[in-house]
Amino acid sequence: MAGLMSRASAITKAKISKLLDHAEDPAETLDYSYERQLELLQNVKRGIADVVTAKKRLELQETQLEQSVVKLDSQAREALGAGREDLARQALERKSGLQQQLQSLDQQAKQLEEQQAKLEASEKALSAKVEAFRTQKETIKAQYSAAEAQVKIGEAATGIGEEMADTGLAIQRAKDKTEQMQARAAAIDELTTSGALEDFTSDQTELDRELGTLASQSQVDKELAAMKAEVGSGEPQKELEK
Amino acid sequence: MIVRLMHEGRFEVDEEVAKGLNDIDEQAGAAAERGDEDQLRELLRRMAEAVRANGARVPDEDLSASDAIIPPADLSLEEARLLFEDEGLIPDLPAAP
Repeated sequence: MAGLMSRASAITKAKISKLLDHAEDPAETLDYSYERQLELLQNVKRGIADVVTAKKRLELQETQLEQSVVKLDSQAREALGAGREDLARQALERKSGLQQQLQSLDQQAKQLEEQQAKLEASEKALSAKVEAFRTQKETIKAQYSAAEAQVKIGEAATGIGEEMADTGLAIQRAKDKTEQMQARAAAIDELTTSGALEDFTSDQTELDRELGTLASQSQVDKELAAMKAEVGSGEPQKELEK
Repeated sequence: MIVRLMHEGRFEVDEEVAKGLNDIDEQAGAAAERGDEDQLRELLRRMAEAVRANGARVPDEDLSASDAIIPPADLSLEEARLLFEDEGLIPDLPAAP
């Protein structure tokens, strides 16, 4: 097997010459190529926006999972306080499952960050080349004979064609990565909504119910205590008012 | 010569650096062939690093073609395989209708 560099160059050149095969009228070719470049620029911008959206969704999920972790932790404490070590253990197990999910979300966010940086570099380079091409295209149209123009077009088109091929691949790869992550994010959303994020499935609702009962019992206890204090301190106050 | 690091930018490197790149590239090709993704990525990363460390950045608006194109360092085996298939990996440029 030959090296990867030569293959990447050869394929890119093949793609460009395929593009130039369509060239008939030089002026038309230039304008057509320029239009495609502008389209690709729009695509890369859209690609960046998509990555940013996916990143925001991940961040939102991270926040939700973090809140669940805090909640499970306090539920575990309450369960332990009520002498229900079994429930505390289950809550902590769920918490540890969520923490693993959080770690993986973190890695995915980093990957999206990398994709974004690559697309932004591609956009910058392509944008500069498109502008250079636009200037050159007008010069070629104005100053060269048809035969000379063909050569000049070939040169300019090869340089920008290479940039377009690179950008095209960057967009495609970012799209694949973003789609993978959206699929995973959707799966996590579904698990979170159905409450089946950890593997208890059937025990899941039971755990939730029991933890809920404990929580409401302790809430009732707290309110009772507060009321008792209020009622208890209410009498002396009346005394004072007299 | 001008080397393109895909998704990153273009650099001018001298002959000596280019020779070094060719050596690593051959190993990278071999790693891809025996299905060693870690090694493939490590070698691509080393190529990119050599270019960055020893090359001079070519301005973005330069419209010349590159003499060599180095695939991104996070290339997967599957992508490397596509690279060796004629229609693979690099998408078609939009052709005239």
